[in-house]
Amino acid sequence: MKVIINGTEHDLAAGTSVGASVRLITTSASGVAAAVNGEVVRRACWETTTVSDGDRVEVITAVQGG
Amino acid sequence: MDDPFVIAGEAMGSRLIMGTGGAPSLAVLERALVASGTELTTVAMRRVDPAAPGSVLDLLAARGIRVLPNTAGCFTAADAVRTARLAREALETDWVKLEVIADERTLLPDPVELLDAAELLVADGFTVLPYTSDDPVLARRLEQAGCAAVMPLGAPIGSGLGIRNPHNIELIVEAAGVPVVLDAGIGTASDAAIAMELGCDAVLLATSVTRARVPELMAEAMRAAVTAGRLALLAGRVPRRRYATASSPRPAG
Repeated sequence: MKVIINGTEHDLAAGTSVGASVRLITTSASGVAAAVNGEVVRRACWETTTVSDGDRVEVITAVQGG
Repeated sequence: MDDPFVIAGEAMGSRLIMGTGGAPSLAVLERALVASGTELTTVAMRRVDPAAPGSVLDLLAARGIRVLPNTAGCFTAADAVRTARLAREALETDWVKLEVIADERTLLPDPVELLDAAELLVADGFTVLPYTSDDPVLARRLEQAGCAAVMPLGAPIGSGLGIRNPHNIELIVEAAGVPVVLDAGIGTASDAAIAMELGCDAVLLATSVTRARVPELMAEAMRAAVTAGRLALLAGRVPRRRYATASSPRPAG
């Protein structure tokens, strides 16, 4: 299935978790948040929430700004 | 002198809140933050860039500076609320500098979206510090919405134009029951001192330090200016007079 992670299309196996999707982008354990289709997924739910074909995943952290 | 700056029950020794945008490198930023004496510093929330050199979060953690995520780049209340929730999840803080801007050219706050976002975030348990225009009515509405501070601009973000409407800032300070933080527009140290003399509880700035020729030195200047302005406010300035008042005794005879 196709999943867009931070704007880039990835070909993932069915049943892939949010946690696994995040780890394609970063191995950092802290300072990171994830949203699927605009909805924040709590870290505690990363491994039990799966992504679906066509989902947009955003993996966000703090950068210099403001 | 013990004169803590208190937001939402949290006391800080420094009345200078720093931003992190515009610094040429993390090393320059770190020296500037240390020189500023800040205890609270803003960051923006963006997509993870695996190629990014170093982390501003690690820097802040190492220096013991509390992180204040912002919603910079958000144009609608929905955007800002989503960004604040991501920040809370990523950084484990419910404090947020709420920015909802109207357009890229002015970066001025959109008052309707801002108030809407403030109400939603307060209801969701956030400690909301809104970046607002220098409108006393909007500041009052934000306070009534439950914001923990109000942060009026002195001039547009990054403009360095100083405090364009000191009268409005005074009106906001007079009426506010929450801390007032002068946010945006500071160009140089005297602007920061004036903000404090007008009665603001703190100053938030970034560009004037990070884009100065010598950021570390300007950070030190800002630290001194905020302290000087605060002390002058507490000391009470002499009244302005139209004519001279001799400060030496009259000569005898």
